[in-house]
Amino acid sequence: MKDRLPGAIVKGISSAGILVMLFILYFLFREGLPVLRSVTLKELFLGDLWYPAENPPVLGMFPLIAATLAVTGLSCLLAVPFSLLIAVFVSETAPRPIREFLKPILELLGFFPSIVLGFIGMVVLAPWLQETFDMLSGLNLFNASLLLGILTVPVVSSLAEEALGAVPQDLRDASYALGATRWETTRKVVIPSALPGILSASLLGIMRAMGETMVVLMAAGGAAIIPLSVFDPVRPLTSTIAAEMGETPVGSPHYAALFFGGVILLVMTLTVNLLSAWIEKKGKMVR
Amino acid sequence: MEKIQISAKNVNLYYGAARVLKDVSADILEKNVTALIGPSGCGKSTFLRCINRMNDFIPSARFEGEIRIDGTDIYDRGTDVIALRRKVGMVFQKPNPFPMSIYDNVAYGPRLHGIRNREKLDEIVRSSLTGAALWDEVKDKLKSPGTGLSGGQQQRLCIARAIATEPAVLLMDEPTSALDPLATARIEELVRELKKNYTVVIVTHNMQQAARISDRTAFFLLGDLVEYDSTPKMFTSPGDKRTEDYITGRFG
Repeated sequence: MKDRLPGAIVKGISSAGILVMLFILYFLFREGLPVLRSVTLKELFLGDLWYPAENPPVLGMFPLIAATLAVTGLSCLLAVPFSLLIAVFVSETAPRPIREFLKPILELLGFFPSIVLGFIGMVVLAPWLQETFDMLSGLNLFNASLLLGILTVPVVSSLAEEALGAVPQDLRDASYALGATRWETTRKVVIPSALPGILSASLLGIMRAMGETMVVLMAAGGAAIIPLSVFDPVRPLTSTIAAEMGETPVGSPHYAALFFGGVILLVMTLTVNLLSAWIEKKGKMVR
Repeated sequence: MEKIQISAKNVNLYYGAARVLKDVSADILEKNVTALIGPSGCGKSTFLRCINRMNDFIPSARFEGEIRIDGTDIYDRGTDVIALRRKVGMVFQKPNPFPMSIYDNVAYGPRLHGIRNREKLDEIVRSSLTGAALWDEVKDKLKSPGTGLSGGQQQRLCIARAIATEPAVLLMDEPTSALDPLATARIEELVRELKKNYTVVIVTHNMQQAARISDRTAFFLLGDLVEYDSTPKMFTSPGDKRTEDYITGRFG
């Protein structure tokens, strides 16, 4: 009897949480799905023109989806290798005082307000890119990816560092006892053992980059075109929603399309999330 | 006259200010099983880890004295620690196979030391697993993960991994403490087998085990090497009162 009350409270609170999640999903679909009354699914996904203000509106989201994928991909290409180097350094090579100094800083950097970063991108990075590389505009895919990368590094490196740190001392000792150097041990035992954790850290970083809005809104350039070069301006899904939601009448096809963009984002991040959970589970089975 | 393989003279080890080994001197004979016994925290594992310099990794540890293996001072400035650890294999308390295949576990050491030839590696893996009495159980699944084996098999895999670099000395730090009685019996049998080719130094909490498998026994207490003699002598007529008390189970 005594045990029942706390159990009921926990159950109540957690089911409330799940209920809210379901409600968000329901809301997203309810507002988003009506877009299919104005355009077909194929046009929505593969149409390469996004002119939502025309009459009738042209709602091809392919450039937006491509932009999201491009920004996410490029930022991770820049950030993940760098993050892993940091993680290996902090976890394996840094002397203890340096490690204890770096770890909290790394974690703190994860809370860096993205709007400040976006501002830096607009005011500092963009003019510099424009002048140095003689570009039409410094606000482009590359600029946004670089900034997103900076935002991703703390997330990925601190999670990967944790994964490396969780490799049991036992395994390291076994390797040392066989005459391995520190570097050989890191490369051949520690990193392979931590691989599932490292992968899932990278995927979480990808998710972070995918969902980021402010930085891309400010620094990506905002042109709804399919990017063919890393220096093209782009308009990812997130910044499209943020920029256009306030300008569109509630219930219009454009409004519904923006919500549908939210659905697409959700599906994308959910896929990455499930992938990371799957990898982690597989990693546990190997242990 | 048996040959002395490891000779420790006035070994002192400090963790920071704490002195965990006090003037330990002992000669360990070649192709013998030497058991190190004593209550927890008596320094027996620490002494074991001095022999392959695993204490080097503990920042606060400081070594004084001398340990010679085959006449060479292993704490000399010029000592190649990598070569030392190749010569002195180690098996740990908990089975700790790497999260890789059985084959790769055994081939890990030889590969580190530059053996790349596939046939040579195959041969080493086969002979090491045979030497660790595991070959028959795993010969058909060398590619499956070493972590999928049972605890006792994992420990024998770790022994195979340790002997794959052809060491002269095998250090075992309570190798059966995490195993069930049957698996323990197999390891003990294996240890008796191993001494044909290796000098075995084994730390154990289990006095019956020391009595069963060792030729010589060293009794540690609070960092002192209290008594060190042939195992039958130690267990039947110990020279020191403290040894007798410990062996008869009066403390520890």
